[in-house]
Amino acid sequence: MGGLDDLYQQLILDHYRNRRGRGRIEGASASVHEHNPVCGDECYLDILVEDGRIAEIRADGDGCSISQAAASMLTEVAAGKDLDEALMLVEHFRLVMHGEAQPDEDLLGDAVALEGVAKYPVRVKCALLSWLALRECIADYRETVATGG
Amino acid sequence: MGNSAQHTLHARALRAEFPILVSPRAGGGAVHYLDSAATSQKPQRVLDAMDAYYRETNANVHRGVYEMAAEATERLEAGRDAVARLVNHPREATVFTKNATEAINLVAWAWGARELREGDEVLVTMMEHHSNTVPWQIVASMTGAQVRFCPVTPGGEIDMDAMRSMIGGRTRMVAVVHVSNTLGTINPVEDIVAMAHEAGALTMVDATQSVPHMPVNAAAIGSDFLAFTGHKMCGPTGIGVLAASPARLGAMEPFLGGGEMISDVTTEGATWNDIPWKFEAGTPPIAEAVGLGEAVRFLEEIGMENIRAHEKEVAVRMLEALDEVPGLTVYGPRDAERRGASMSFSLDGVHPHDIGQFLDSKGVCVRAGHHCTKPLMRHLGVQSTARASAYLYTTDDDIIALRDALIACREWFGAA
Repeated sequence: MGGLDDLYQQLILDHYRNRRGRGRIEGASASVHEHNPVCGDECYLDILVEDGRIAEIRADGDGCSISQAAASMLTEVAAGKDLDEALMLVEHFRLVMHGEAQPDEDLLGDAVALEGVAKYPVRVKCALLSWLALRECIADYRETVATGG
Repeated sequence: MGNSAQHTLHARALRAEFPILVSPRAGGGAVHYLDSAATSQKPQRVLDAMDAYYRETNANVHRGVYEMAAEATERLEAGRDAVARLVNHPREATVFTKNATEAINLVAWAWGARELREGDEVLVTMMEHHSNTVPWQIVASMTGAQVRFCPVTPGGEIDMDAMRSMIGGRTRMVAVVHVSNTLGTINPVEDIVAMAHEAGALTMVDATQSVPHMPVNAAAIGSDFLAFTGHKMCGPTGIGVLAASPARLGAMEPFLGGGEMISDVTTEGATWNDIPWKFEAGTPPIAEAVGLGEAVRFLEEIGMENIRAHEKEVAVRMLEALDEVPGLTVYGPRDAERRGASMSFSLDGVHPHDIGQFLDSKGVCVRAGHHCTKPLMRHLGVQSTARASAYLYTTDDDIIALRDALIACREWFGAA
């Protein structure tokens, strides 16, 4: 089962079984609800922004091991980043998932283990669900700030 | 199956007729194909019939005066004869469409969009495929009609008491699935059609999951419309069937306009061809009709009764096998008399996508997701399920492979 080992690295199964950063943030600066129409998986992502940085990030919802592990890894690696750094991180991960960039371990942290997902096009959406939710979240936050809302 | 004494279907021998089941895929071993509710595999003779059509007599149909065109027309219409015979329906009211979805859309647009009024109701069930829900929702939103959903019991059957109370004076159409693609439930469509007709409503039966798997007698069901698709019954993709009441079909305005469906066209307007061609605008799926006709002959030679008997045994064995997997829940009826061999299930602590991926690594092909039945998924309180679905070529080996892979899957994801 070489292929399966590539996809489901131990780190992924570990994040799946022991989710980090799970839950919601009361009084979040921005919140996004995304879902994957293919499987109905749902992701709620909340961020708390302080001094232009992600002071806290939490993901909630249900889904497959890939989507849940990706969300767990995201909350670890995105916490403390300033918003532009976070967007760069998301973009790098997106390119890696589409096979258009080599993964940068320093940037991605544990999420580097998701590299193998790129070989399974059906599962790329699972991995990207929460990460793209963060991009939405940051855009929403900036719009709210810009419109003084 | 092991104890096939009651009928004459030998799945193991039949497999030899399906190239994809006997020639291992590149780098892979045996394929345990358990996704026939999504699409069936194709026997060599269906592929050959389509190939022969293209090689020997490819020409456009109906208006050619030369011999090849006449022969192409004959082969197309022979496909229609075969399909009409299979479901005991008049050939002139047997319309070829792109798929079952288009057959239902044809009725939704040609009848529903013109006839539905504000306050009218279309009654569907909670276990409909989106193809028998969304077309009605679209025409309802245009006409002010309302789409109502008849609930499903915890055992996965249509709540007939609710059905009885929901059919009323406002009901114009009752659209119901014969066999659920997700739950496998066989619904009492004859009773539902009778109830609907008594109330003056029309009826649409989605027979997509029944026609391939059991004898279906359109005349006995008596619905105004019955839809099914070629690719789930050993035929090709790209062709579906609407078996309609000849009188209804004759009275309906066309769905799609274009070539072939007209009688005359002037600068002022057009008049329509006879049925069924009035509903077949443009060049029809000719090779597909030829392939579907051959698929019907293949099924008839095996015998629809035998296919049903085999699948009943498969359903019993599959239920037994799935019961051996710890933490597994099967949805839908437990009684094989009341179900087909399409089975949805969930496994505690393992997401259906992960089940599908893991099983694939063991050569077992199952589907994971909402199976185009999202209202039903919400009704069951799940986001998605995994589904194993059998056909005439499914053997005990497939079921054992499924069970063993599920047990291994549970261990792999640490859900044990």
